[in-house]
Amino acid sequence: MKRLLMAATISAAMVVGTASADTVKIGYMTTLSGGAGIIGKQMQNAVKLAMEHTGGKLGGVDAEVIFVDDQRKPDVAKQLANRLIKSDRVDVVAGVIWSNLLMAIHKQVTRSDTLLISSNAGPSPLAGGGCHKNFVSMSWQNDQTPEGMGKYMQDSGVSSVYLMAPNYQAGKDMLSGFKRHYTGEIVGEVYTKLGQTDFQAELSALRAAKPAATFVFQPGGMGINFVKQWNQGGMNDLSKLYTVFTVDAVSLPALKDTALGVIATQTWSPDLDNPMNQKFVADYKAKYGGYPSFYAAQAYDTMMAIDYAIGKAGSADTEAMRAVLAGGGIPTTRGILQMNSNQFPIQNVYLREVVLDSDGVATTKIIDTVFENHGDAYAKDCKF
Amino acid sequence: MTLTLLLEQIFNGLQSGVMLFLIAAGLTLILGVMNFVFLAHGAQVMIGAYAAASLTGITGNFYFGALAAIPITFLSGYVLEYLLIRHLYQRDHMDQVLATFGLILFFNEMIRIGFGPAALFSNLPPSLSGFVYILPDTPYPVYRLVVIGAGLVCAVGIHYLVNRTKVGAMVRAGANNEAMAAALGVNIGLLRRFIFAAGACFAGIAGIMLGPLTAVEPGMGEPLLILSLVVIIIGGLGSVRGAFIAAVIVGVVDTLGRVVLPLILRSFMEQSAADGAGPALASMMVYLLMTIVLVVKPTGLFPAKG
Repeated sequence: MKRLLMAATISAAMVVGTASADTVKIGYMTTLSGGAGIIGKQMQNAVKLAMEHTGGKLGGVDAEVIFVDDQRKPDVAKQLANRLIKSDRVDVVAGVIWSNLLMAIHKQVTRSDTLLISSNAGPSPLAGGGCHKNFVSMSWQNDQTPEGMGKYMQDSGVSSVYLMAPNYQAGKDMLSGFKRHYTGEIVGEVYTKLGQTDFQAELSALRAAKPAATFVFQPGGMGINFVKQWNQGGMNDLSKLYTVFTVDAVSLPALKDTALGVIATQTWSPDLDNPMNQKFVADYKAKYGGYPSFYAAQAYDTMMAIDYAIGKAGSADTEAMRAVLAGGGIPTTRGILQMNSNQFPIQNVYLREVVLDSDGVATTKIIDTVFENHGDAYAKDCKF
Repeated sequence: MTLTLLLEQIFNGLQSGVMLFLIAAGLTLILGVMNFVFLAHGAQVMIGAYAAASLTGITGNFYFGALAAIPITFLSGYVLEYLLIRHLYQRDHMDQVLATFGLILFFNEMIRIGFGPAALFSNLPPSLSGFVYILPDTPYPVYRLVVIGAGLVCAVGIHYLVNRTKVGAMVRAGANNEAMAAALGVNIGLLRRFIFAAGACFAGIAGIMLGPLTAVEPGMGEPLLILSLVVIIIGGLGSVRGAFIAAVIVGVVDTLGRVVLPLILRSFMEQSAADGAGPALASMMVYLLMTIVLVVKPTGLFPAKG
């Protein structure tokens, strides 16, 4: 059924494509089905909102976005990427939530001379030795955000910490990023199964280790499970919880005030004070109800970056767009972004806390800036 | 690892085993007694969780939401059997697999259309959200104790139903020889509908209890379906007693595997290698166990049919 629908959408798109030759085509890959479907839905909303804000054009050229659902499966992602490049002949492949999926499609997209722009995943191999000039990140390198948390916990004198992340590329990047700036005692380092629902056994082991602080990375639904079970086990009395990508606008509607006070680092927050962000957050809330997540903000930024690149380059030529993006100065919801030599953003890392807004809705608020204009650790290994 | 921690982890395993049993109990009867391949059992878990979470949201009372959701899950199983499943009994297994796999997609999409793709808010009332000390220095969430208790009550209930009541006698007769049972005047059609609805109801109870522990979201039941199939294979098709013992074994093996295996690996491997191999091996443990059981006793530990 899903495949039929997708085939129908794609063949419809092909008809439109042949009708006008100078339409810019963006293939946007995200996860729309399964437990992570809410993340993809938010990204899709944000992309649609961006297209509304640009009047359906990108860089002044008529544009069309083809959404594909990767189902969080690397094999499906590979097939879809192939289809986007070969039969839809898109100018840009964008999106991708999961690091393992981005790793799976990276080679085939970049080698076909199509621009690949990540709206979320930032695995370390693609930032260092395995980088490619046709890949640009509009999110972050995986290590950047946990580096901020490691630095903050180091600076605030946290004596011992217990680490927990899912067992996949991003989980490993998150913990190695954290350890780059944190030099205190690490009393435990546990990798859980990706998609795990019950953490009781891990929490029991954690309690026995008695760490002063706990640092976790559990994105999407795993974050909801973890924070719920953390509270039910009375863990707050024992250890303070620090997180990355765990408590956000995706999980907060399911957690509400049970997540109050949880600390996280992030490169974006809905209360970030710049005109583009305020317009994005206000319009998103008005159109879809509820706060956008950082996933949505990055998806919006991706479209705005493409808009900026085509506008400045004057065409959707891969090399011309790449050169513009590599030059930095990209207007985003995080302000004007500069780019590193590996085409990952150089950006601030903020400390955020879960609070209730004036309407009693749980959201995140910036309480400190840990890093200013922070680049990633792998750029030096990247030679195009 | 200290002894108290080990005991606590075994307790954690028991709790996840009890939850698995509730899902597997119905499924083992559907597979074993009715000889029907039903893949959408995870959807019944999801229906239970959504019914409880939304009723709790509307009424503001957790206990009412949880209790009122139980008849809903029974009814959903009853209606599903009447509308679709009963037409599939005479078809071959591949048709049953296709139809019930389609049901998984159908239910997930229905939930997504009805409730949106985001996870529902479902939390515990203050009376259940605390913790008690089960061992010195070992606080344990009250709610998880309630889950164990409720699960054990259900297990005793199912045992009584199957082994001590007339309906249970009919179920057992059906499991042994359906044609003979029908010839002796057992209404097989009604019996099947009852078994199916009861199975859906027990899976629904598991979903109701899981709601406050995990994210209530579309597709939440699927990971549990695979584990409960493992339980059924280990326990023996159609055997409720086998399902209970196998569920506890699987729960304990899975839990201990997750916690102990990385520690063991680290004692003789480099840490980064152990961190990679530990979780991967741990998630294989229950399947290894299943393979061993299949080799040694192909019909499972406690097969229902002789």
